[in-house]
Amino acid sequence: MIAIFQNYGGLLLQGFGQTLLCSIIALFFSLIIGSMFAIFETTPVKFLRVIARIYIEVFRNIPLLVITMFFFVVIPMFVAKISGFAAGTIGLTIYTSAFIAETVRAGIQSVDPGQMEGARANGLSFWQAMRYIVLPQAFRYVIPPLGNQFINLVKNSSVLAFVAGFDLMYQGNVIASDSLSTMSTYVCIGLLYLVITLPLSYWMRYLEKKLA
Amino acid sequence: MSMIEFQDVQKYYGDFHALHDINLTIDAGETVVLIGPSGSGKSTLIRTINGLETIQEGKLIVNGQDLAERKTDMNRIRKNVGMVFQHFNLYANKTILENIMLAPRLVLHRPEDENKKFAMDLLDRVGLADQAPKLPAQLSGGQQQRIAIARSLAMKPKALLFDEPTSALDPEMIDDVLNVMKNIARDSSMTMLVVTHEMGFAREVANRVVFMADGRILEDDSKEKFFDGQPSNERARQFLSKIITH
Repeated sequence: MIAIFQNYGGLLLQGFGQTLLCSIIALFFSLIIGSMFAIFETTPVKFLRVIARIYIEVFRNIPLLVITMFFFVVIPMFVAKISGFAAGTIGLTIYTSAFIAETVRAGIQSVDPGQMEGARANGLSFWQAMRYIVLPQAFRYVIPPLGNQFINLVKNSSVLAFVAGFDLMYQGNVIASDSLSTMSTYVCIGLLYLVITLPLSYWMRYLEKKLA
Repeated sequence: MSMIEFQDVQKYYGDFHALHDINLTIDAGETVVLIGPSGSGKSTLIRTINGLETIQEGKLIVNGQDLAERKTDMNRIRKNVGMVFQHFNLYANKTILENIMLAPRLVLHRPEDENKKFAMDLLDRVGLADQAPKLPAQLSGGQQQRIAIARSLAMKPKALLFDEPTSALDPEMIDDVLNVMKNIARDSSMTMLVVTHEMGFAREVANRVVFMADGRILEDDSKEKFFDGQPSNERARQFLSKIITH
């Protein structure tokens, strides 16, 4: 195992970097997109609710690999050439945002409806009430399930390996077939995933305690 | 001049006829108490005035604007019409001071120092200036309701709606809240519509008492006629005798 780190350190580091980068980008955008669709689902505007429902049901119920392949194969045929890393990151963002939307929606709906009513009666618009009153309370409820989504996101970034995204999993496959020491390679890869996911889950737990 | 005017208003929840031929005019500066058994439509009626419930038929004119018209901007109505709820509905994630300052800042763009000074004056008026940095959950129900009243007043509204403001309170808290409300009612420029069973409050400061049952207004009398004379409606008489002996 130490030999793997010594001989393939550069590849591992590159893979680790790509996985981390993809995770950070996808986490940021899926949180924004997911929250946006969660708000759409709870607006009084029916049109927005329908749009959100369709988006969530479609992308939540298709395998991540299929969404990613779509961006990797189909988009270049009609629109523009797109790298494996970009296709994987977009696929991961869209897929995860559908789950985050459901999580955040549940959070919004667990906030006492009196909070929205009080804010509206006080003169705030729907968006102001959401932003200043409802969402801050909703996020407090959803930190634990959101933590699960974030950890899943990091692990799901291994989908990049299928579209030549040069991530940790991709480099693991390369190293395993080159060194022929399959077991220690994948143990190394697993450890490197833990380097990202364990601090993430501790951080979420810290946030949960701090805000509760 | 009328502040709130219902003209033949109907409201339905599906097949249920919640408000039946409502005709009611409340003049600017008046204090009107709305009573009736539970399920009679009092809360529904009061909630239509600031658009928390919509009406299906008729006209509802608030501060010169017809709520039934599509182009009416509800946010503008709500700037002028405050509401106090049974369960206070204070912002759980904001301090007491922020609860009062938030809407004037976001909606009226009141300058920060003026906003804070006015908020502290209001806290003083409801006797809770020392509670400013606390969160709502740290206050008793009676204190929270007085903060909720201060929050409504911070918008300098022309009218205030009270939806059973003392029903969720412990008995010893009720007087503090009623005293704050009485002081507002004595200020002749404020229009007030109060859903309550506090007959002492009605006797002291109301101009009129309106009795509702089954989604209809059955009685609309001056305070003097309602308490000292006799309501002409049989159900109103029965209801009155029950709550007064309590």
